[in-house]
Amino acid sequence: MTPLLPKRELILVSIAAFIGLVVLPCLNAFTPANSALHVSSFTLSVYGKYLCYAVLALGVNLLWGYTGLLSLGQCLFFTLGGYALGMHLMLLIGKLGQYHADIPDFMVFLEFPKRFPETGGLPPHWIPFKSFWFAAAAVVWVPGVVAFVFGWLAFRSRIKGVYFSILSQALTYAATLMFFRNDFTFGGNNGLTDFKFILGHDVNQAGTKRTLYIASGVLLLLVYLLCRWLTSTKFGLIQRAIRDSENRVLFSGYATADFKLFVFVLSAVIAGLGGALYVPQVGIINPSEMAPDKSLEAVVWCAVGGRGNLLGPILGAVSINALKSYATHAFAEQWPYILGGLFVIVTVFMPKGLIGIPEQLRELKRRFGPKHEDKLAPRPVAPTTDV
Amino acid sequence: MPLPNRSTNYATSAAQSGHLRPATSPSSSRQGGRYTSLTQILDCPSSSATFECAVIFQAEILNRKFPLRGILATFLLLLTLLTATAATQTHRATLSEAILSDDATKQIELVNQLIEAGGDAFVVQALGAWRQGGVFLHETNETRTPFLLDAQTDGEGRAKGIRVADGAPLTDSSGKPLLFAATDLTAADTSSKLRKAIKTVLDLFAIANPDPKMRRDAVVKLGQDQNQEYLQHFEVRLKTETNVDVLKGLYEAMELTRIASDDASVRLAAIQKLSDLRSISSLNFLQELEKNARADTGKYGEETLKAAHSAVIQIQDYMKLGNLFGTAFRGLSLAAVLLVAALGLAITFGLMGVINMAHGEIIMVGAYMAYVTQNFFKSWFGASGIGFDSYFIAALVVSFFVASGVGLILERGVIRFLYKRPLESLLATWGVSLLLQQLFRHIFGAANVQVSSPSWLSGSLVVSDVLFAYNRIFVIGFAVLIVFGTYLLLTRTSLGLQIRAVMQNRAMASCVGVRTDRVNMLTFAFGSGLAGMAGACLSQIGNVGPSLGQNYIVDCFMIVVLGGVGNLVGTVSASIGVGVTDQILQPWLGAVMGKITVLAAIILFLQWRPAGLFVTRSRSLEG
Repeated sequence: MTPLLPKRELILVSIAAFIGLVVLPCLNAFTPANSALHVSSFTLSVYGKYLCYAVLALGVNLLWGYTGLLSLGQCLFFTLGGYALGMHLMLLIGKLGQYHADIPDFMVFLEFPKRFPETGGLPPHWIPFKSFWFAAAAVVWVPGVVAFVFGWLAFRSRIKGVYFSILSQALTYAATLMFFRNDFTFGGNNGLTDFKFILGHDVNQAGTKRTLYIASGVLLLLVYLLCRWLTSTKFGLIQRAIRDSENRVLFSGYATADFKLFVFVLSAVIAGLGGALYVPQVGIINPSEMAPDKSLEAVVWCAVGGRGNLLGPILGAVSINALKSYATHAFAEQWPYILGGLFVIVTVFMPKGLIGIPEQLRELKRRFGPKHEDKLAPRPVAPTTDV
Repeated sequence: MPLPNRSTNYATSAAQSGHLRPATSPSSSRQGGRYTSLTQILDCPSSSATFECAVIFQAEILNRKFPLRGILATFLLLLTLLTATAATQTHRATLSEAILSDDATKQIELVNQLIEAGGDAFVVQALGAWRQGGVFLHETNETRTPFLLDAQTDGEGRAKGIRVADGAPLTDSSGKPLLFAATDLTAADTSSKLRKAIKTVLDLFAIANPDPKMRRDAVVKLGQDQNQEYLQHFEVRLKTETNVDVLKGLYEAMELTRIASDDASVRLAAIQKLSDLRSISSLNFLQELEKNARADTGKYGEETLKAAHSAVIQIQDYMKLGNLFGTAFRGLSLAAVLLVAALGLAITFGLMGVINMAHGEIIMVGAYMAYVTQNFFKSWFGASGIGFDSYFIAALVVSFFVASGVGLILERGVIRFLYKRPLESLLATWGVSLLLQQLFRHIFGAANVQVSSPSWLSGSLVVSDVLFAYNRIFVIGFAVLIVFGTYLLLTRTSLGLQIRAVMQNRAMASCVGVRTDRVNMLTFAFGSGLAGMAGACLSQIGNVGPSLGQNYIVDCFMIVVLGGVGNLVGTVSASIGVGVTDQILQPWLGAVMGKITVLAAIILFLQWRPAGLFVTRSRSLEG
């Protein structure tokens, strides 16, 4: 039996995991605040945010890089996961809010007590979220169910390629409009914020932040291993076959719709988990996080890092977001130019992303190397997707 | 004697127009309600403008070298001029007399006579001032002269005194204007009865306002006061009124006033009239009356209740019918907006299969081009007039060419590398959309820019209380026009033939000698140009800002997918379907929920017909 990870990748992942999961938290916990090696809790939270984005990017990659389905609604699932946990955190604030009421602040100023008098202002579907475990389960099943219903409808009628992308974008757009409404009971455009506690700990304490960061790292590692395992099985082979030529797989007797549905739901769940850990670290979740352009950004992380490859999306998500954090501080006006330019350049000239650069260079070398017979301009080689 | 005859006609008509014209200028400035200086008002009462007209007219006549006719015309004009001036002077004198009179009854009588003086801004101003204690008496031995203070004061808070009787400044014996300080003066007395009479007169001035729209508004407002005393004034006005809209308003106002009458028969007749008139504005009053009549049958009587009830139902039915037409119109106009926005996409996405996420931004480019064209025209021709009004025609052309230029660059620079990778063209064009948005934000600022409609696109046509806005009508017409144009291009030109050939089978078209590369380029440029024109069109309807495109992109894609890709008939029917459905749902669900419902409905509809409404049949497996 072949090992799960090739030796080189194993070493690389182990080193990254060691630095990310052990060294950084230790530097945060055990070095004095003024030391050069110290990593502040704030920085750790920012890294934690990147890791959550990387989880999302892995989900996108599983769907797009391995199955050829470009969903423009992944951020919807990410945000749904975030909302599920955020609701629980909102209920934990208790009387510490601005209005010192039993219900979250936004319910007070939106006059929910008048709308839901029998529960004292709390909408009935919020009540089970008082339990952490219910919320934790919702993080998984809410995105899962939404993805299942949408995916089932879409794949059943063989909506594929760009049509699937456009429809998923429409779904996200509709959901965003819905969540922006105040009477949709999820806080309207302010979303959920001002969290105080998680599982009995103060969210603003260094220890809690560290734990959340480590949890994000562990989640990323687990998702990575899951994807690695899944893609190395026969299932993964069929997945890639669907990407390369769905009709051939279909004619070979595989129910491609079921495969696609499974991958779609799985990536939605992965996105939801990432969103759930994202919310307590960032401290806010609002509908603009699920807007269609956020989903497109997630796709770009994947494309920049290199899709169809498991390390690429992680690299892309972390590097672009680090760049974004830097750029929006240093030259906020130019950031959209950079992002837009990246989109164009990467898709036109670097179909395999950052990870694919060495390979592209080798290709160039082979073409323009010793023999000068081939005068054709270098053309980027893309996986042929069947759309 | 044909010659002089004609000339006289000409002169009379010019004199009439001279009468009409001056009336507008003071009234429109009166709407502002404030004068910096009383002398300004005095510059523009009827007489001076009439005079201006007369001079222009006379000059014109003399230029034509018909001295005899010229002299005749000038004579006639002068006559009219004198009468007009005389009337103005009489009103001012009457007011002056009223202020000086010691007899309260006579004062009220004289004030009531002033109702005819609505056109003279100075009288209006003086009356208002009198009511509020702003009219003072200048007493010299034997004579008393009422005057008011000019708004312009000198350094010590003193102002010139303006005589009410003729509007001239008060002077001392040497002819120098006298200056007064408001604090040193005592105002001319007014009793509460008199003040009330003045207020009524001031209110009623409005119904003699020369601007028919203002007149109508005033009449409607006065009607809603249901003041029985106004009835006589309404009747007086009814005799002289010629404007149809105002007449209708007058009828409604009179009947509306009469339903508050104590006389049951008058009331019943009025209710019946209002019901026949289908007067929507009096619905509230009728409902109120019905409620009161139900509560107190003894006072109002059974018949009033019945009549009011049936009138309410009648008017409500009428409103429902009106709403139906209104909804249909709004639905059609939304459909036209969607169609105009989506047609370019139907070409680039539907025919070429390119996912152009920057389509919205190309629409935005078009809208901004309308803004730029407007600014150029504004600097050339000023902010109004026929020169400015024609900017929109130029804007459509400019938008088309600039947008197709942008499309051309986009196709040559990015999209042609990605024809075989549609998913990636989606991403790359989205990057382009970000770039374009930020570029325009840089150039024009993040805030929305102001695109003013040419006068022929603002306002609306009112047919039986249903509003048809001209810009919406224009969009509908424009949509029909460009769909027809596109149809002609695709079916009647050689480029259209080549486009269809390339879309059906690129390789084969290439084999038989079609330059597919060039066709791609032109098709994409044409589609983008359509989007640009759509932008210019949308600038008349909604806001123009850097995020304009984002508002349309999802809708556009849904329209094209719903209609069936590669099919113009489908695009047309899909936009009509979506537009009308949206407008039908909106009153029930609100704008946002309506939109969400439409989106959900489209997703579900595609379950039933995955390829959209109209399927382009193809033997190719990948369709």
